[in-house]
Order: sequence, then structure tokens, then C-alpha cells
Amino acid sequence: MSREDYEIVIGLEVHSELSTKTKIFCSCPTEFGGEPNTHCCPVCMAMPGTLPVLNEKVVEYAIKAGLATNCEIADISKNDRKNYFYPDLPKAYQISQYDMPLCEHGYVEIEVDGEKKKIGLTRIHIEEDAGKLNHDDYGRGSLVDLNRAGVPLIEIVSEPDLRSSEEVDLYLKKLKSILEYIEVSDCKMQEGSLRADVNVSVRKKGQKEFGTRTEMKNMNSFRSIVRAIDYEAERQIEILEDGGKIDQETLRWDDVSGKTFPMRDKEDAQDYRYFPDPDLVTIRISEEMKENIRKSLPEMPESRKKRYIEEYNLPEYDSNILISSKYFSDLFEGATKVCNNPKAVSNWIMTDIIKELNEKELEPSDIPFTAEQLGNLVVLIDKGTISSSIAKKVLQEMFENPREPQKIIEEKGWVQISDEGAIKEVVLKVLEANPQSIADYKAGKDKALGFLVGQAMKETRGKANPQMLNKMFLEELKK
Amino acid sequence: MVVSREEILHIAKLADLNIKDEEIDEYAKNLQDILNFVDILNSVDTENVEESIGIANNTNVFRKDEIKEFGNRDILLQNAPEQEDGMFKIPKVI
Ligand SMILES: [Zn+2]
Repeated sequence: MSREDYEIVIGLEVHSELSTKTKIFCSCPTEFGGEPNTHCCPVCMAMPGTLPVLNEKVVEYAIKAGLATNCEIADISKNDRKNYFYPDLPKAYQISQYDMPLCEHGYVEIEVDGEKKKIGLTRIHIEEDAGKLNHDDYGRGSLVDLNRAGVPLIEIVSEPDLRSSEEVDLYLKKLKSILEYIEVSDCKMQEGSLRADVNVSVRKKGQKEFGTRTEMKNMNSFRSIVRAIDYEAERQIEILEDGGKIDQETLRWDDVSGKTFPMRDKEDAQDYRYFPDPDLVTIRISEEMKENIRKSLPEMPESRKKRYIEEYNLPEYDSNILISSKYFSDLFEGATKVCNNPKAVSNWIMTDIIKELNEKELEPSDIPFTAEQLGNLVVLIDKGTISSSIAKKVLQEMFENPREPQKIIEEKGWVQISDEGAIKEVVLKVLEANPQSIADYKAGKDKALGFLVGQAMKETRGKANPQMLNKMFLEELKK
Repeated sequence: MVVSREEILHIAKLADLNIKDEEIDEYAKNLQDILNFVDILNSVDTENVEESIGIANNTNVFRKDEIKEFGNRDILLQNAPEQEDGMFKIPKVI
């Protein structure tokens, strides 16, 4: 048997931090960072006698996520306690949801090799995040910071429908994009606001039963998840090929060595003893509430794509890139409103902006300038105030120190030279310095013209109006 | 259902409790009493009673998503046996 005879089966539990202003059960801010234990109160610190009160936005956002992923929304739901000891969990239980989650039976659609595939969602439920353990400089103890404790999360549990690390990558990207579009999570990976527990098993192709699965917890980079799945599947297949057996266990992925390691021994098998939290009351979701939330859903990517193709005549390829992130899509629409040149805006996003993000290892949400500023940049090019090569430099500036492009070109003296006299002066100077090119051109080598224009651009440090240069060179060469 | 000694030990472990060997039978008896009581509850005829989740009758007790900062870390930390840099100091967790 070989690698090809096996099928990989992957299920994900994705935890996404909701972008509410306050925590799930108290009024402390959820804002990232801050001095340790300053976003805390007696409730999220689990002081005796305190009572949790559910944040209404958490319920609303979870239902929004459910509706955007084709889930059925529960009529009745409740909160349960998941009991375990860990120093980052001050109550010694996490308030979560057990058998009556807010949303169930949904799906997300991905496109694999040009074919649509539905990835089933078992459920989406709400729960609270834990705190953070730091270690002191001398390694003598651990320090507990509870700023994160009680930050609201949704857990999105997929069916074991994913069959390769590539599908997982597509699924995660799709999920992230949906959560961004409906504005319930900002999905900042570096801040851990999107993380996943990954379950992997393998089985021989054609086999009905699933193989024994292993779990990797708390992974917060798509790239690591893809690598970890590939490694883990390979490891399991090797064991089976050698006649061995897979142990059901929790593993830790080590990004440096590119390997997985067992985390805790099986004797410690978790038994969370879920039970309804008596401090919280039943959640009832009326049809009216569901309908109102449904109506509040923004336009989703597929509909935007259709509009881009039909209204703006953009190619499908371009449209797909634009809708791949809400931030691209919003940037595109905002800038187009200003400059009325959709194709130009789309090109800027697809080439220079994406390139810049990749080089700086930034995400679309990190784009520092506004859609209006990008629109104004395109206006400056369309009016002939700056050339597109200068515009590239302006865009760089907008990334470094975001401000109005008009202001940037004034400060830097980058306004395009469109004065005929000035252009002519440059043209004559370049011609005088390059007699060979003149001869080449006259001998029928059209390329020589390009060279001359290039020289003139160099001379003016990119500021000359290229159309005018072209025209004037032609005039002079014809003399 | 009969509560076994093994179950008592398992529950004690999950609850992080140290119980002495001679206490096991006592706890087993106590828990058995509770289970017996639940059995009585289970035998009650609830044919015409509406299903409920908790003991509270009210539903949808929500809070508005508005920040109220507590703003006093010293008070929150005042009973910590040990603290450092504004955090609870605990035995090292690996
Ligand atoms: Zn709090």
C-alpha cells in the first residue's frame, strides 16, 4: 500500500473572538493589550458572590454567524459549565454551551479545483475565553493575567468533511472572510482572535469507518495548520503501514521542528462534567429576532462578485480577488465611488497593494490608508497630475505614513511635468545625447523610441507626462 | 445505580480533592443518597408539565454592550497570596 491508498479526514473546531466592546458576562473592555489585569472586574476574576449577565451582542453576533453559514437557529438555548482546572481559568469552569447551542446544521461552500464543495457545520456556540499565563524572568513561578478571561468567542465546529490540508486552507479562508463580512470578528491572527483545534485521522480509501483521530489544539496560523496536517497524516499512514495502531491523543505542533508531540497522557482523559449554569437563564430566540438579524446581514461576497462583473465589467478573476477579503472589497467600492474608474482601482489592489502587503507580511485589514485616499490617487493619475510610476511612489508613502495623495505629491514635489516647453527641453537634451537611437529609429527600429522615452523619464525622475513625451519625440524624430 | 469506590476516587480526582481511604465509604453513601433522591424525582409524573431548562422562570436576561471599567486593580489583587507586575503569582506551570 502507499500514500495514495489513504484518505485524510479532517474536522476543525474554530474559535473566533467576537468584536464586541465588552466581555461576554461583564462590562469590562475586550480591547487587546493593556496593562495586566486592568480589563478585569470581580465577575471575570471569579470573585465569590458575583453573577454573570450575558451580553446581548454576543447572542446577536453568534446568530449572525449562524445565518451567514446556513445554520438553523435554535428557538431555545442555554449556557453550560465545562469543568476543569487550569490556572488561566479563574472559576475552574468555562461557561460554554453543551447540548443546546445557538446554531446547528450549517455549511460553508468552498471551491476545490473549480468544483463547489459543501463543508458541513455541526454547530456554532458561544463561550468565554481564558486568561493568559506569563512566566517571570527567573522561571520561579507563573504570572496570571486575566485581561482575556471572559472575552466572547464563538466556536464553529465542522463535520469531518475536509479531505486535505488544501481544503482546510480554503475552508479557513472562507470562514475568515465570512466573519469579516458580517463584522462579528476582526479575525486578527497575530492577536489570536482566530484559532483552531484540528482533528486528523486517516483511513484506507473506500473504508466506511473513520480511523482513530488525533487532535492538535490552539493553532493560530493557517500555514502551521496546513503543515501540521500534512505531517500528522504522513505520520499516521507510516504507523499503519508498519502494522501499528494510532493512539487517540492530543498533540502539540512544533513549528520549528515541523513535528507533532504528545501533550498529556491518556490517563488524564478529559471528563468535563457539563451541566447547565444555574447563574444564567434560558435564551429564547423569537422568529422576529431571527428575522431582524437576518435583515441586518450585509451584502455577502457572492452577490458583490456578481455586481462587480455586471455593473463594473470586471473580469471574474479580478472580482474573485476583490471579494476574497471584505477589506479589499470595501476598499475597492469606496475608492471607485471617488474616482469612478473601477478597473484602475481593481488593478491597484491586485498588483501594488497586494504586493506591498505580502512584502510587509500584513493582512488586508492592516491597510493603513482609506478608500477615499486610494480613490484620490487614481483621480490624480486620470487627471494627468502624476504619472503612474510616480503614483507607485505615492502609494508607498501612503503605506508608510498615510495621508492625502495630493499632500504627498506637493510635499515631495512630484507633480507631473505637463508643460510643453519643459517637456521639449528634456526631449531635445535626450536626443542630443543619443544620436545612435535616432539612427536606429530612422532605420526602422521602433524600440529606440521606448528607450528615448525611458531616458527622458530618468532625466525627470519619472515626473514627465509620458503621453506628451511620446508625442514630442515622434514629432522631433520625423523632422 | 450504585456508586462504586472507583467512582468516588475518580470524582475526587476530577475535583482535585484528597480523600482518605476510610472516607470513601462515607462519601459513597452520601452520593448514593443523592442519586436515590433523583430517582424519586424521576418517578414523578410530569405528563402535563411544560418542559423547562433551569429553575428560573424568566428568560433573556441580557446586558447592553457598554463598557464600564472597574478601574481598581489593587483591590482585585489584594487577597492574592503573591503578586508580581500586577499579576497573580502562582507555582510554575509548564
Ligand atoms: Zn470583568
